[in-house]
Parts: sequence; structure tokens; C-alpha cells
Amino acid sequence: MLEIKCPYCGPRDEEEFSCGGEAHIARPLSENSLSDKEFADYLFYRDNPRGVFLERWRHAAGCRRWFNVARDTLTHHILEIYPMGAKPVSKAGRAAYNANWRRDSQAEIAAQPASQKTNKTSSAKR
Amino acid sequence: MAKNNQKNMTIAARSSASIDSQTPISFTFDGRKYQGCKGDTLASALLANNVHLTGRSFKYHRPRGIMGAGAEEPNALVGVGTDGRIEPNLKATQVELYDGLVAISQNRFPSLKLDVGEINSVLSRFFPAGFYYKTFMWPASFWMMYEHIIRHAAGLGKAGDDHKDPDRYEKRHAHFDIVIIGGGLSGLMAGLQAAKSGQRVLIAEDQPQWGGWLRACEDIIIDGMSGQAWAEQAVSRLQEMENVTLLSRTTCFGYGDHNFLTLAERVSDHLAEKPAHLPRQRLWKVRARQVILATGAIERPLVFAGNDLPGVMLASAAQTYLCQYGVLVGTRGILMTNNDAAWHNAFALHRAGCRIKVIVDTRQNPSPALIKQATDLGILTRIGSGIIAAHGRLHVARVEIAPLSEAGDALTGEPEHFDCDLVMMSGGMNPVVHLHSQARGKLKWDERSHCFRPSTTHEAEQSVGSCNGSFDAAIGAKEAIAAARKAIKANSGEAAEITLPEITATKIKWTPMPIWQIPTGQPAGQGGKAFVDFQNDVTANDIQLAVREGYHSVEHVKRYTTTGMATDQGKTSNINALAILARERASDIPSVGTTTFRMPYTPTSIGMIAGRDIGGLFDPVRTTPMDKWHRAAGAKFEHVGQWMRAWYYPKDGENIQEAVIREVEAARQYAGLLDASTLGKIDIRGRDAAEFLNRIYTNSWLKLGVSKCRYGLMCKEDGMVMDDGVTTRLAEDHFHMTTTTGGAAGVLDWLEEWLQTEWPDLQVYLTSVTEQWAVATLSGPAAREILKAAGTDIDLGDDNFSFMSMREGHISGLPARIYRISFTGELSYEINVPARYGMALWTSLMRAGKNFGITPYGTEAMHVLRAEKGFIIVGQETDGTVTPYDLGMGWIVYDKKPDFIGKRALARQSMGLGDRKQLVGLRTKDPKQIIPEGAHAVLDPNQPPPVDMLGHVTSSYFSPNLGHSIAMALLRGGHARKGETVYFPMLDGKPPIEATITDTNFYDPKGERLNGQH
Ligand SMILES: [Zn+2]
Repeated sequence: MLEIKCPYCGPRDEEEFSCGGEAHIARPLSENSLSDKEFADYLFYRDNPRGVFLERWRHAAGCRRWFNVARDTLTHHILEIYPMGAKPVSKAGRAAYNANWRRDSQAEIAAQPASQKTNKTSSAKR
Repeated sequence: MAKNNQKNMTIAARSSASIDSQTPISFTFDGRKYQGCKGDTLASALLANNVHLTGRSFKYHRPRGIMGAGAEEPNALVGVGTDGRIEPNLKATQVELYDGLVAISQNRFPSLKLDVGEINSVLSRFFPAGFYYKTFMWPASFWMMYEHIIRHAAGLGKAGDDHKDPDRYEKRHAHFDIVIIGGGLSGLMAGLQAAKSGQRVLIAEDQPQWGGWLRACEDIIIDGMSGQAWAEQAVSRLQEMENVTLLSRTTCFGYGDHNFLTLAERVSDHLAEKPAHLPRQRLWKVRARQVILATGAIERPLVFAGNDLPGVMLASAAQTYLCQYGVLVGTRGILMTNNDAAWHNAFALHRAGCRIKVIVDTRQNPSPALIKQATDLGILTRIGSGIIAAHGRLHVARVEIAPLSEAGDALTGEPEHFDCDLVMMSGGMNPVVHLHSQARGKLKWDERSHCFRPSTTHEAEQSVGSCNGSFDAAIGAKEAIAAARKAIKANSGEAAEITLPEITATKIKWTPMPIWQIPTGQPAGQGGKAFVDFQNDVTANDIQLAVREGYHSVEHVKRYTTTGMATDQGKTSNINALAILARERASDIPSVGTTTFRMPYTPTSIGMIAGRDIGGLFDPVRTTPMDKWHRAAGAKFEHVGQWMRAWYYPKDGENIQEAVIREVEAARQYAGLLDASTLGKIDIRGRDAAEFLNRIYTNSWLKLGVSKCRYGLMCKEDGMVMDDGVTTRLAEDHFHMTTTTGGAAGVLDWLEEWLQTEWPDLQVYLTSVTEQWAVATLSGPAAREILKAAGTDIDLGDDNFSFMSMREGHISGLPARIYRISFTGELSYEINVPARYGMALWTSLMRAGKNFGITPYGTEAMHVLRAEKGFIIVGQETDGTVTPYDLGMGWIVYDKKPDFIGKRALARQSMGLGDRKQLVGLRTKDPKQIIPEGAHAVLDPNQPPPVDMLGHVTSSYFSPNLGHSIAMALLRGGHARKGETVYFPMLDGKPPIEATITDTNFYDPKGERLNGQH
């Protein structure tokens, strides 16, 4: 059983939490039109890497707050815990974020307002 | 004669520091009364009474005796206790004796000495490796024939009769800086170092007493004390320290991620009188910052024909029984060994009075000093030899010893015969690496000691002493201190100075000869059974057979032969098994590898894992404030999630159909009263509350007026319906949402998720108020009159209080929010009062409604009433694959608003296809016939299989108000099929039910009854 350090409550047993799956899946804005296939990247496709995975957790039997976790799926080591809306700061966490195929997906680009859409891909990688 | 002599001697002369021979204890085994001493295990007490035969083997029903002295014991499994408290499959070596203990042997019929199952031994060619797999591949009729016999023969012990565990168990969570598993020399050393340095330390020891091997080792001197005296002193020092927790009789059986350990503490199993305030066992769930494993080592048996006979025992066990328990386990012994250490065990027994006749060493050149010592004691030696067979019926009586080739794989001379009543065997040591491996630590094969040792670790964990392959006491102690210092440092602590004790002990070279099977000189499969796994009756020949049949992976061979799969999990067998596998594959042990070590290390009672979470404490039961009224009225209840809801209220011996018909008719003719307190309720506040709801629900919410109610449907992002309910605007920035009873918690989580993860910019605050409000739903033509009679300050006139609005005021003097909404299609008020007034509200309404024919109705009638109106129930008409359009509820999807959850998905191409399953109504041809819920629809009842299926029935009832049955179904392309005939094939040769596809709104389609007019 993992020990997860809730940013609001401190370290607690895994059984108090629920895992919300892959993190950093930006939601396409409806003003941006996407093909069904592109939209499927957002709606259906989830990663399952061997190694560092950025995922969302919720302190379900505690403060009920959501946060992000960088966890190595092979070792179960937790590399980093960081708030919703933030990006990982650890080297491995940043690498996992930047290497994700989503960064180049139309679905992620469509999560930006139409007016700000220029060069979005490269800015995320920086 | 010899046996009687021995018996007298052992009982009279038992003396050891662990045994209190002044305190005799009586116990029974298979109905016979025996005496043991305080401090005995059941095994040591039986051996002291010269009882070796303790069980029959699993498959062949061969007579078996006590082979080990601890957790490794494969043979001596017993049932302990009486009546409801019988616990089967306990190892006699781990059962502490108490006065009046009742133990029975297992796996024998009718008695141990005369067992009819022994016939299996004669028929053993029918029980080869993979027996069960092969049996399953025979024609089924064969299995039917053999099943009865096999199931009867294959059982281990039986649990108590009344299927209810009468004992109490507890759980405890704890955190420590350093957890040390094992209370032998290394564990205690590490404990002293850690404790003196101020760390919060837990030391757990499996045995009742501390010291481990020190208690059985006669020649060790530590700081001028015997090993046992040193251990006792160390423990008393540790006991004085506040930062130390000492747990004896405690087995660490699991080691998981993030240094999470599970320990089983046997609190009162060993007590004759179990104090009421103590649990039987306690489960410790421990989180450790650092772990030190000092779990010791287990001796390996040697694999030779007849090695399973009672009287054949591990050499270390024989010494343990002598030194720790004062029991001499034989009078005429033979030792077979591949290493130096066991020679000393034989010398110890010999000096204590068991005449060791021969020491057989498989090595060609053991130390000359040992040979000389044996010769001086008058013990014969047979060097470069092996026991090729042991003989005897219920006890070993004779062995054959023959010279072996240098590699130990062939006989080089004729066998000699020796009489004996004890065979000690030693095939080297296996470090107990189980916990290290459970914690995903890696192993490496030690070419010198011929055993697996820990190599790299995964968790913050270190192994010290014998479990690390460091069998020498002084080295183990040094390792323990170093490991403790490392752990202290990792915890940012300061290591206190501690002096390494002065340890003197016989120097032993730990270099056993790798010999995994003693040859018989006969072709494979002949020459007697040589057991590898004693508990599962797996022989060396079974492993050879498995390889011949094409099983090469260690995991496959394990499952095919079942080696290592018994309750001892192969503690004595695994290494021998994989070494023989390596030999058969012409490979080496490291490349064959080990099977996965899994928890539990030793069998663990389910009762302890359940703890107090049983019966009423297993899952909370939620009741409404009106629960007592329903019970007094004789309601039948149903579980809805954790809630207990009144299902129906039978009157004068009514059955469910009669009661529901009465309740349903009353609600339409007069008035019905439903306890709807279980509805999920969420208080939603904040600047952006309306905008939030507009994104959550499929319809429009921005312009909903204050005090107005609206029905809403929420979808998941994939466009599938997830919940529904009525939400009311209490103020500009304040809403009251209702959800389905079962969906309440899930919806709150769902809303929180969107607020926290996707729209943190929205100012919205959610509070669950499900349990703050009691709700009584008053429904029917007389509803308004009853409210008036109950007394209210709210103007109930349609002009003031219209359908789909809310009014605040009082009813019977109770503060209330009344929502005029309807799930029945009748004039209906959902009256909400603070939960504490729930009962007062209910009784007041019942009183006020008495003259109007008010009738309480339960959830079953509620279902019929809503089905008559074609109202869906999420989870009944939907299953996570149904969109609002499929339900025929396109009117509730406002796709002109910029966004809502599920909007884009509902626009997917595939959503528009006409062959989606769509909700329709059904009218059966025979109006009395009710289609079973779940029945599948077909167009042609005579189509040969496979039949094309259209869909299934989701709700089906008899409607007393309509006088015919009604049903709803999800049918492929259903909306375009109205008027068509479909059939529902029935089981048991009954004719299919014929029905016509209709609309779902069966009753009062114009909705005139909502205003109470009819
Ligand atoms: Zn928390």
C-alpha cells in the first residue's frame, strides 16, 4: 500500500485516496472544432507507461482535494506531488510531461482560446 | 524396549532454560491424553511423549512425522481446539502448549496408524505430476467419477462446524523509525543500537521467546554469558526503554510498497484461559521509515528415497528439540549431511544420550578434525557416501548407505544396512529471504554457501545475519550494528556508541556440497519416493516428469507439479525443486531463477484480517429520520446503496403484489406519502453557481428564476447519462440540487472534480446536505387538502405556488421548504424539513391525511407510479451506454449553449446512427402478462440460433391504474419501430411473450393530473 503525502493533510495510506488517472489532459474548448478522431485523443486515449506517470489523485476519505502525483509505475516511487493546474518541477516529472504525445495533439491545442493558439506546442515544451 | 527406555528418560530428564519441567501441562492428541511442560510447543511435547507420527500426507496418505521445529514444518499439521473454535492446518511446531489443549491429526481415516487412504501409495502411478490437470483433460464423465474420491482425499483439515468465528480480533496502525523483524542475535543487536540512539523501534519475534537460534545453540558464549542469557539480558534492557516496542509471538507476514508491513500478533492463542478483554489475534499495519530484516535461515532437507518417514528430521531441528526443549528425539541416530555444521548437531545429540551410529557425509573430504572428533566419540563415519534409502512402516527403522561418486550423482559401491530410529539430515541453509523478496528486493545465488542471498533492495530495507547469508554469529552481530547505524543516519539521527559483544563459538566453514538428490542406483521412478515438497507430496521424479513433458519455466513446473504451493509455501522444498529442475534442464540454478515470493509468509487467519469489520460494522447502514415509523408500521425494507428504504407496507397478510397495488391505487385516487429523505441533496453556492450548473446539466440554467425548480440530466464527457434530479434556485447565487439516492456521493465527487481540476476560476462551493433534510413526498389528488389540514402558512393556490416551484414556510409549525415537483404525475409536494423534524412531519401528515385516505407507499409503488408516467430511473433505464437522445429526451439537450459536459461527444457521428438502442414502451398482447425485466427482444421467435437480439426490458410492472402490464425496453432503432410487434423468448419451454412497441408515457399523457384535476 502506497503512502501518499496529501499536500493539505500530510502522509496518509493509499486507501484514503482515489486515483483519477492521467493528469494534464487539457479539455478542448468548444469554440475550437475538432474531428471525431482528434476529440477521441482527449476523450478516450490514456497512457499507461512503464516508468514515470503523471496522474491525478484525490484525498477521497480526507480533505477531498485533488492534486497531481508523479509516480514511477515500475517502482511505485513517488517522485513529486504538485498542485492542480501546476506542472511538475522534478527533472523526471518535467521530462515525462514534455515527452507526452499529447503536447502535439490537436485536442490539446484546441484547449487554448482560438485567439492564443499560435505556437502553442513549442511553448508547452519550454 | 528401546523406545520405552527413551520415553522414560526424556520425560524425567527434561531440562532446558525454555522449559519449566516443574509445571506439567496435560493435553490430548487424537483423543489420547499426554503430558508436556510449560514452554513446550505441541511438537516438542509430542516428541517428548515419543509421538512422531502426526499426520498423513496430502496425496499418498503416507505416514508423516515432525521434520522441523518452526515455521518451515511441512508435515505436522494439526487441528487445534474444540467445537466452533477448531482451527485447522496449524503447524504443531508453532502451537504453544496450554493446559487442556485439544489437537487432532488431519488427513487420515479412520486413524493415523490405520489409514485407508494409504492405498493411494500403492496406486501412486495414478497420481503423477500434473495429475489434476490431466484429470481435467479427460472426458467430463471421468471427472464426475473421480471428483468425489479426489475431493475427499485431497482435503487438509476442517474448520469448526458452526461457520461462525466466536473470537474477537483487532487491528492496530503504527509508525516507527526502524522496524526490526526477528529477535535473534542480529535482530537484538540492531535493536540495541537503534534504541540507544533514540529511534522509535519495533522489534518483532515470531517465537514466544527471544533469542532465535541462541536458544538452541549450546556452544556460543557472548560477553561471558550463554547465548540465551545474553538474549534475556538484551531484551530486559530494551524493555526498559520507552522508545522500544517489543512484540513476541508476532509474525511479519507481508512486506509491501513504501515500507508497509503487516504483522500477526497471537495475543491469547497460547492461553488456556483466554481473558475476555484480550483479542485472540491482532493485526499490526505498520509503516516504517527503515526496515532491518533479521529473519534467520532454514535448513534444507536432503532428497533421498524414504526421506519423509517419521523419524527423519532436519539436523537443526533435532538440536533445537534437545537444547531448547530438553527432548531427545531418538536413541539410535544416523546423520546425513553435505556440510560441517550438522556434524556438531550430531555430536550434541550423541553427548546427550542418543547414540549416533554413523555420520554420512556426501563430500569426499570433510575436515579431518571433524572425523577425528567423531571417531573419538565412537561414531562411525561414511565419507563420500549417502543414504540411498530409508525404510520403515510408521517410523524409520533402517537405512541403506552407499558410497557416491565425487559429483554425488552415481553409486560407486554396494550399500550397507544400519538399524536406527532417527535420521538427521542437513542439506545446507536457506536464508529466509521471503520478506526481502516480497519487498521486491533482488536475490543472488551464492556459489560458496549454495543458497540465495539478498542483493539489491527496492525499499528502505537491509538484511542482516543468517537471512543475509552471514551464518557466523560474530559477523551477523557486526552486520546488524552497521545496518542499524545506516538506518539511523538515513533517518537523520545520531548513532550512539555501542560496543560489539565478544562472541566465541565453534568455527564452522559454511561450504556445503551442492547435492540435490541422492541417487538410488535404480532407474528413475523406481527405488522409492524421494520427496522434494513434503506437504504437497511432490517427488524428485515428479519434477523430472514435468521437464520431460515440456515444462521448463520454474513458474510452470511449480504449477504443474504443485511444488511449493502448499501452506508452507515451499520453505523446505523450493531450492531443492529448482536445483533438480536446473539439473534436468542441464542449466544452472541462477538461470532457472526462483518463483515469486508472495505474502503471507505463514498462513494468516481471515478473522484477523477482517478484525472488527464484521456484521453490523462491516458496512454502515443508513436510516432516515422516519425509520422507526416504518418499522412500527411493519414495512418491508430494501437496501439502496447503504440506505434502508421502506419497500412496501403489507397490511393484513398482503403479499408484495397486493400491497403495491393498494399503495399505487391510493396514490392516484387519494394521496400517498413516500419517505424520500434518501435523495441526494447538494447545497450549491457562489457567484458562478448558475454558470456551473449550466455546464454540468445538458439543459439551460442561467435564466431559471429564484424559487423555481428544473429537472436536469447530467452526462459524462462521453455523452452518456450519469444522473438526474431536480435542482431549485433558492437565491441568485444559491441552488439546491437533488440527485438519485445511489448516485449522491458520486455526483458530489463529480462536481468537485470539475470545479477543482477544470474550472478552478469558478467561484462555487458545494456541501452535501443529504442528511440535513428529511423529505416526505405527498402525492395524489388530495395532497393540497392534506397540507391545508396539517396547517401551513404557505398559500397553496396555483397562482402563488405553481408546478415546478418552491415555497418556504411552515407546516404543522415546522420550518419547511416545499417543492412542488412530481415523480408520480400527480399533484405532488416534496416537503423538506430539518432532519430532526422528520418524524414530527411524517406523523403530522399521516394524522392530517387520515380522513383523506392517505397511504404510505414504499419504493416498489414509487417505481410503478413513475413507470406509468414513463419516467426513467438512472441505473435502471440507463447503464452508462445510453444518451439523452436514446431515452427520447432530446428536449432536455440545449445544444445552443456554448458548452456542457458531453456536448461534443453527443455530436459524434456515431451518436446519430439509427441503430442505437432507444427507450420505448411495451404493451403485451395478453394484458395480464408481465415480461421479466432483462428479457431479450427478438423480431422472429422462430429464428434458429444464433438469434438476432434487439435489446432488453429495463422496467416491467403490472399497472393497476391502467389495468394492464407496462414495460420499458431499450431496443435497437426502437424510436422508429413504434407499432411493431416483438417477442420475448422464455426459458423452460414457455411460449415467447408477444408485445407491441409504444410510447413510454402510459398514463395521463397530457399531464392533467399534475394540478390535481381529474
Ligand atoms: Zn488531504
